[in-house]
Amino acid sequence: MQVEILSPEKRVFNGEADSVQFPGTTGSFQVLNNHAPLIASLKQGKIKLVRGKEIKLFTITGGFVEVLKNNVSVLVEGVKQI
Amino acid sequence: MAGKLKEVRTRISSVTSTQQITKAMKMVSAAKLRRAQDAITQMRPYAIKMGELLSNIASGSDVKIDYAQQREIKNVLIVAITSDKGLAGAFNTNVVKAIKQVIAEKYSKLSADNIQIMFIGKKAHDVLKRTAYKQNIEHKELFQKLSFENVTTATGKIKEGFLKGEYDEVMVVYNRFKNAATQILETEQFLPIKKLEIPAGNKKQNIDYIFDPEKEQMIEELVPRILNTTFFRYVLDSNASEHGARMTAMDKASENANELLKELKIAYNRARQAAITTELTEIVSGAAAQQGN
Repeated sequence: MQVEILSPEKRVFNGEADSVQFPGTTGSFQVLNNHAPLIASLKQGKIKLVRGKEIKLFTITGGFVEVLKNNVSVLVEGVKQI
Repeated sequence: MAGKLKEVRTRISSVTSTQQITKAMKMVSAAKLRRAQDAITQMRPYAIKMGELLSNIASGSDVKIDYAQQREIKNVLIVAITSDKGLAGAFNTNVVKAIKQVIAEKYSKLSADNIQIMFIGKKAHDVLKRTAYKQNIEHKELFQKLSFENVTTATGKIKEGFLKGEYDEVMVVYNRFKNAATQILETEQFLPIKKLEIPAGNKKQNIDYIFDPEKEQMIEELVPRILNTTFFRYVLDSNASEHGARMTAMDKASENANELLKELKIAYNRARQAAITTELTEIVSGAAAQQGN
């Protein structure tokens, strides 16, 4: 699935991923391929992006995620890659 | 005659060096403008997506939003976004003028104590610091380190003050960026939100989204973030406008210097020719006088 992470300052990430983990306001959750349409809000925490054996981690202070037809759009504030 | 010549020569060299400075400043502004424009373009996908999200969430729901509270206007906050440096034509003067105008037109019934002005960028403060209005200079130097985080801190203060009831209306005066040569002075109401602008023409309607958390709570979280983005756009627009305005101003200055130089060169050549003519006449008449002897 296609993942796009956007912040007000720039496009932080755009590419393929096998799974993404989010710090949702109501609890952490994971999005895999063919996930149902979803809009969720995020709290402070880490986004974990997995592709094959490659793992990317981002810290965020909050944001939103929309999942639609294997397109994951993440809107975040205060994002840093670690 | 030689005195006049020297005078013109000094003026030519001084105008030339001024022109070099204005040309350099124009170049610098052009580079900064490009960067400022990039920042606006970079923000666009985020802002568009934010609008889409809002239309997806807010469609069909009617939620009370704290930031849309209409209250009797007793206290107001005016945010003045200007630049830190001058030499940008009427860029800053226009903002100051608009502030005075908005106070005269909208808030003439309020006393100076009930009007607070928040300064972002130094220039408006330089002009207005001796007025009786309450002044907030906490974020005056925002442009020295322009980032979303810093702008959001300022926005946070504004939102907090509004919710606490320190003021009942927030107006923002800034220069909107249209293109490098055009800035549009805007006086916009930031709070309370007039009406949630839900972008129309979204064809992806009727998708059965799972909402987590509930729609209502989501809107509560989304609205402050949209405010952050809006305010960030004001600041970025003003920043790009500043460099655009300075570029135009410096271009005009270089052009004027060119014209001045042209005139000075004509004056110089005329003076030189006059000196030569006088000298020749003197020699010729001197020789004639000698022959007469």
